[in-house]
Amino acid sequence: MNAHLQPTGSAYFLTKDTQEIERHTLSVLVDNEPGILARVVGLFSARGYNIESLTVSETEHGRRLSRITVVVIATPKVLVQIKLQLERLVPVHKVHDLTAEGASLERELALIKVAGSGDHRAETLRLADAFRAQIVDASVESFVFEVTGKPAKIDSFIALMQPLGLVEVVRTGLAAISRGPQGM
Amino acid sequence: MAERMTGAEMVIQALTDHGVEHIFGYPGGAALPIYDAMFQQDAVQHILVRHEQGATHMAEGYARSTGKPGVVLVTSGPGATNAVTGLTDALMDSIPMVCITAQVPTTLIGTDAFQECDTVGITRSCTKYNYLVKRIEDLPRIMHEAFLIATTGRPGPVVIDIPKDVQFAMGDYYKPDLDTLRHQSYRPQMDGDSAAIEAAVELMLKAERPIFYTGGGVINAGPEASEHLRELAELTGFPVTSTLMGLGAFPASNPQWMGMLGMHGTYEANLAMHDCDVMINIGARFDDRITGRIDAFSPHSRKIHVDIDPSSINKVVRVDVPIIGDCARVLSEMVRVWRSRTNQPRTEAIAPWWKQIEKWRAVDSLGYKNSDTVIKPQYAIERLYAASKRQAKDVYITTEVGQHQMWAAQHFHFDKPNHWMTSGGLGTMGYGLPAAVGVQVAHPDALVIDIAGEASVQMTMQEMSTAVQYRLPIKVFILNNERMGMVRQWQDLLHGSRYAHSYSESLPDFVKLAEAYGGKGIRCDSPAALDAAIEEMLDYDGPVLFDCIVEKDENCLPMIPSGKPHNEIILPDTANIGDIIDEKGRQLV
Repeated sequence: MNAHLQPTGSAYFLTKDTQEIERHTLSVLVDNEPGILARVVGLFSARGYNIESLTVSETEHGRRLSRITVVVIATPKVLVQIKLQLERLVPVHKVHDLTAEGASLERELALIKVAGSGDHRAETLRLADAFRAQIVDASVESFVFEVTGKPAKIDSFIALMQPLGLVEVVRTGLAAISRGPQGM
Repeated sequence: MAERMTGAEMVIQALTDHGVEHIFGYPGGAALPIYDAMFQQDAVQHILVRHEQGATHMAEGYARSTGKPGVVLVTSGPGATNAVTGLTDALMDSIPMVCITAQVPTTLIGTDAFQECDTVGITRSCTKYNYLVKRIEDLPRIMHEAFLIATTGRPGPVVIDIPKDVQFAMGDYYKPDLDTLRHQSYRPQMDGDSAAIEAAVELMLKAERPIFYTGGGVINAGPEASEHLRELAELTGFPVTSTLMGLGAFPASNPQWMGMLGMHGTYEANLAMHDCDVMINIGARFDDRITGRIDAFSPHSRKIHVDIDPSSINKVVRVDVPIIGDCARVLSEMVRVWRSRTNQPRTEAIAPWWKQIEKWRAVDSLGYKNSDTVIKPQYAIERLYAASKRQAKDVYITTEVGQHQMWAAQHFHFDKPNHWMTSGGLGTMGYGLPAAVGVQVAHPDALVIDIAGEASVQMTMQEMSTAVQYRLPIKVFILNNERMGMVRQWQDLLHGSRYAHSYSESLPDFVKLAEAYGGKGIRCDSPAALDAAIEEMLDYDGPVLFDCIVEKDENCLPMIPSGKPHNEIILPDTANIGDIIDEKGRQLV
């Protein structure tokens, strides 16, 4: 109904009004100050948004800036709200929706502990090689692998390790950056 | 130029530098250094409250009636937790407030020390921003930043939590300097996008059934915003309605005024919202009290939305022309662009629309059946309004929350902004009495009336003592129906008139109570005696509790029930309100 009245300069454009749920990766540039993570996480819980993954670390020590990568699942309307609500927080500098803005790279790192002996051990090593997983710790009955890549790749490596003596997994959560020469 | 002083002295110095004349507070162990610094100066006057919640509502009343930030000072632990309700209230209603909370010394933080609480953790979600000052070096900057953040953009409360050792520490104080204060990540957008404003005026120029729907943002943008709104309304000839928070921005005495809209708004305002073709929302946020059922909200209109907070845009209602900016600046631009297009209001084109509005108006949705034997609450407010108009003084009204609040909004009429203080977003019972104290502190010569209910007013009754101590002649006009009237009304609507705990038993004798506090008490239960009793209240130079005994089971109408669209509003002649709401509506608030 409102579609014919869209372009209004710098103001926000109407998003599609659908109830379809989408998965988006947001990159949030924030002041690295005490409580900033609580502010961001508190916003999500207070307003009932879903976080699928969240990573945070200082990225520019000089300017005391941290970058938060957060993966959210929501309808397009809620996604716009999440972005605007994040921007409303005083220590938030910028919010970029990497999924909406075009090509981006997404990577995750996992440490995976597998215990076993005999044939299982040999099979484990063959698969680790195929996935370019590094051995970062080894004992006579176990390995710890370090594997990086898209979350889907890590998912499948973990699934393959399951029957071969998977003990435990730790994952960093997603780090993402846009392709091309532009920065945030 | 840096000056050496203690943290406590810096707090007072910063308040002085920001033009703060009054501060509402309550001392305690962790706050003692600041209180000691305050003792040794005269620039900032401290108002001692009886409960920290009272301090926050006083600051809100002070801020709302002056446009300046309200300032609160409380101690650690319970001092801070008691302030939470008022902070949340200020956040919901966008009231500028700076709340200084004392904290246990940094060395004790995290040890569950006496009167320690995680103030910044607790207040994180009920403030616009908050700080824990861990180093004396940060204190001057934080003090200045707090005032900047509280008062600019969409205003709101800011908490500064200052540990006791930081209050004692010596450091360099710098005066506020706007250049260094330009916060890197906090840059509210003040000017509306010009293309968007053009597009909005374009829509308005073609409108046949337009409506201005204005809100608290117009009040927050300062008196100029109200001036520009009046000018734009005159230029266009469009009808104007407002939310509860926006009352006074447009004069109620103007023929273009349609009364308040929303759940207890007038028939004409709500039906005009439903049937309009161009809606111009200025500084309102499509609150659920306004919209009713979202999917049936104003189905045939193009919507223009002016708001300083980008996250208000498309949050609940999708709009066609969003304009992010300060209401005063956007309204003044709209006036300019409209003038550049035409010199004429759209009188002819919208004449049929006005004719329709007049028909709705003729329904007289605020009408009620008066009585000779018992005071009707609507009548009480009408008489209070009439009496207050005869006063030479400026009149300020605050309210508590419930039926009396809605009746006050319907039957007391406001011609000026900043003269109506009420808890809209959070709906805080107990807001009105302390808010009246805050207003009276700011305007010592004005007539300040808290229109109250007998249930609400007991939540912060102790602030009568503050009013007496500082000789603040507030008038507390209690519509006493011995019911939590709005709760009872909802129980009629939704729960088969089973009145679970919605009546006031063992009420105090308000006349004796007033006297016990050192004020004056007046009781009136007869319509014939009402005018004289109100005069007696207004003539008394001191705080008054007026116990106005009113009809017990009056319903506040008109009413748009939860889950219903605007055109299914209940009018006063409805016989039985118990059959109106379906199962789905019952789930809503």
